Amino acid sequence: MSHFTNFWASVPQGPPDPILGVSEAFAKDQSSNKINVGVGAYRDENGKPYVLESVSKAEDILHQKRSNKEYLPITGEADFVKLASELAYGKDCKALQDGRIAVSQSISGTGALRIATGFLSMFYSGPRVVYLPNPTWGNHIPVVEQTGMRVARYRYFDKKTVGLDFDGMKEDIKAAEQGSIILLHACAQNPTGIDPTQDQWKELCEITKAKKHLVLFDMAYQGFASGDIIRDAFAVRYFVEQGHQILLAQSFAKNLGLYGERIGTFSMVCTNKEEKDRIQSQVKRVIRPLYSSPPLHGAQLVATILGSPELYEQWLGEVKKMADRIIAMRERLYDLLVEFKTPGEWGHIKSQIGMFSFTGLTPEQVDALKDHAHVYMTRDGRISMAGLNEGNIQYFAESVSKAVKGELQSKSSL
Amino acid sequence: MARRAVSAWANVPQGPPDPILGVTEKFKADPSPNKINLGVGAYRDGKGNPFVLPSVKKAEKQLVRAGANHEYLPITGLASFNKLAAELAYGKDSAPLKEGRLAITQSISGTGALRIAAAFLGRFYPESKTIYVPTPTWGNHIPLAKDSGLEVKHYKYFDKSTVGLDFEGMKADIEAAPEGSIIMLHACAHNPTGVDPTESQWKELSEIIKQKKHFPFFDMAYQGFASGDIVKDAFAVRYFVEQGHQLLLCQSFAKNLGLYGERVGAVSFVCADKEEKARVDSQLKIIIRPMYSNPPIHGARIVSAILGDEKLYNDWLSEVKKMADRIISMREKLYTNLVKLNTPGEWGHIKSQIGMFSFTGLTPEQVDKLAEKASIYMTRDGRISMAALNKKNIDYFAKAVSQAVKGEL
Repeated sequence: MSHFTNFWASVPQGPPDPILGVSEAFAKDQSSNKINVGVGAYRDENGKPYVLESVSKAEDILHQKRSNKEYLPITGEADFVKLASELAYGKDCKALQDGRIAVSQSISGTGALRIATGFLSMFYSGPRVVYLPNPTWGNHIPVVEQTGMRVARYRYFDKKTVGLDFDGMKEDIKAAEQGSIILLHACAQNPTGIDPTQDQWKELCEITKAKKHLVLFDMAYQGFASGDIIRDAFAVRYFVEQGHQILLAQSFAKNLGLYGERIGTFSMVCTNKEEKDRIQSQVKRVIRPLYSSPPLHGAQLVATILGSPELYEQWLGEVKKMADRIIAMRERLYDLLVEFKTPGEWGHIKSQIGMFSFTGLTPEQVDALKDHAHVYMTRDGRISMAGLNEGNIQYFAESVSKAVKGELQSKSSL
Repeated sequence: MARRAVSAWANVPQGPPDPILGVTEKFKADPSPNKINLGVGAYRDGKGNPFVLPSVKKAEKQLVRAGANHEYLPITGLASFNKLAAELAYGKDSAPLKEGRLAITQSISGTGALRIAAAFLGRFYPESKTIYVPTPTWGNHIPLAKDSGLEVKHYKYFDKSTVGLDFEGMKADIEAAPEGSIIMLHACAHNPTGVDPTESQWKELSEIIKQKKHFPFFDMAYQGFASGDIVKDAFAVRYFVEQGHQLLLCQSFAKNLGLYGERVGAVSFVCADKEEKARVDSQLKIIIRPMYSNPPIHGARIVSAILGDEKLYNDWLSEVKKMADRIISMREKLYTNLVKLNTPGEWGHIKSQIGMFSFTGLTPEQVDKLAEKASIYMTRDGRISMAALNKKNIDYFAKAVSQAVKGEL
């Protein structure tokens, strides 16, 4: 039966996602020594996905409980929301104890950011622009633009030092119109792995306060950055202590290895409980027409773990182990790159924090690595350290070294 | 420690409670032992308890044993789930499936599917940015469409005087809509009225929509739940596809698989050919990525396990029939009780309406009284979820409704 309409004839082919598209290409590659350092998903020493034991135990507990599958409230599972916010803000956070933080369960970190930008586009009366660091996680941009707000950038990464351009960052944030929305990565900046020091955070706190900016923290790596969940939450907790009414996007994808369960929170620090209630009523109106209510399973898992002293302790040990293995890979990679006499400075591999490293490789070198060495990373030269292990790090370092030296070519092109 | 001098949120107004989910909030706060919540469309068993399907329990047990990981799904979700969901809705032999020209993605249940669909239409539908929804429709359809940049208009649907379908009005309005308009159709078990077109009425609608080159936007949240027969409930969708319509379909597994909180659904687009499907697919990913990156795994795995296993699939078919049958028996009982109590008005619609909901015809004032005086909670449009009724509470309910109609509450 032929169609009498032709609705989608002009729908253009969209480009593959710059990050998730890497995994798609990797999956198609038949080579036995292929390496995927694209997506930020932790891999163990054998390159395998890692299910935390505390998570497996929680799965068993849940299964025994035989709870039902009823709809969650729009703002999510109550126990989960309470425990998750205590993890982020600290149990003794005054604002939390006063009941003036509006918290909702979200579809992991992306979903939290989308609630944030959705809420801001509807209710924020300040400038309709969100300042993002340069560079930032690629998906930040459409998350902002999809809600009709504009993206602006502040300087962040210094190519020359392969470190933080702190003066540039401060200048740009100071120059932004009063009351601008400033997005800050709480720890383990993605993609650079470069974080402000605690002193630098204190300066940023003062500057943003003086300009009455609205701060949105993206915390996707609490525990993953240093291995210490309190240390990683320093910036968030300090800003709240200092009186900022922050917005926070929290993800449990990496630190609990719950990637596909899509579990996170969106929260806003309010003036008082009355304001929090008003805000929560409007947050619900952002969520309801997006997906009505959030998914159950991940929330139940996290609540089980955070709510059990035993499982909680076990989890702290596991997240430290993951962070430590990544730090060990950093050391190893640095040593190998130096051993292979790779041109350039590579100390940043060791000093960068969290899952990612900004190698400094050019797009052409990235392409060469893909085409001639079966090594897959995003074109900005970001690698996920978690994708490396004793089994592949030698080949990886060798390939990178060749790429930098311009020695990676197919035999046919010689 | 000083706070901001003037809060950024000082002028954020208190939002109204959600008309549907707000009912549950009120119900929870009520201490009465006789309270009944007929607000949300969630199935309850004969004892009034939430019901986890046995096939779901079996599937979950398998999953736990297999010790599956928690890795990210692709943006468009679990491939095996998508394949099986499409087969369930369209039928294995459906031409778009066999020809590989159905673009489908997993979604956050029905709402998520609708939101993706509306966003896609808002961005790419060439003919119009107006969507026509029936009067009345599920409340959330409207903000969801508007937030996606679509204008919302209405077509006649419910006839208050007959408590049935205003088919002439429906046809007239759809015919009058400008060529190429987006027409939203509830595939079965219309929410909130429970009033569905007959098969021959669907055939007429297909012709009119074909002539006007309209775009059919199907919302199917109750496949299996309406009649107890998944093939019968998918009649409209499958007929339209056979007739050559390039439709889109939103599917939910919240009710028919009882997976409410796991948020499992799918949205699909019938395309002209494989190449077009690839293009549509690529743009769906671009819409989804900034919303939530990729969908939740757990529910999709459960559905995939059930639909993909012959025994579990057959188990499920009888479970969904049992749920539909219990609701039908509650309809019979409620009708009988209301008539016995000499309740003024015609009540035959309680029996003829289809699916989980019944549009009682109660006024907002009567609804308020029922909440206040009898601890009976429903949405203010008089919609009740039949699934909330059972042998224990149906007499109390019928009595209270009768009194409300007589003005005696």
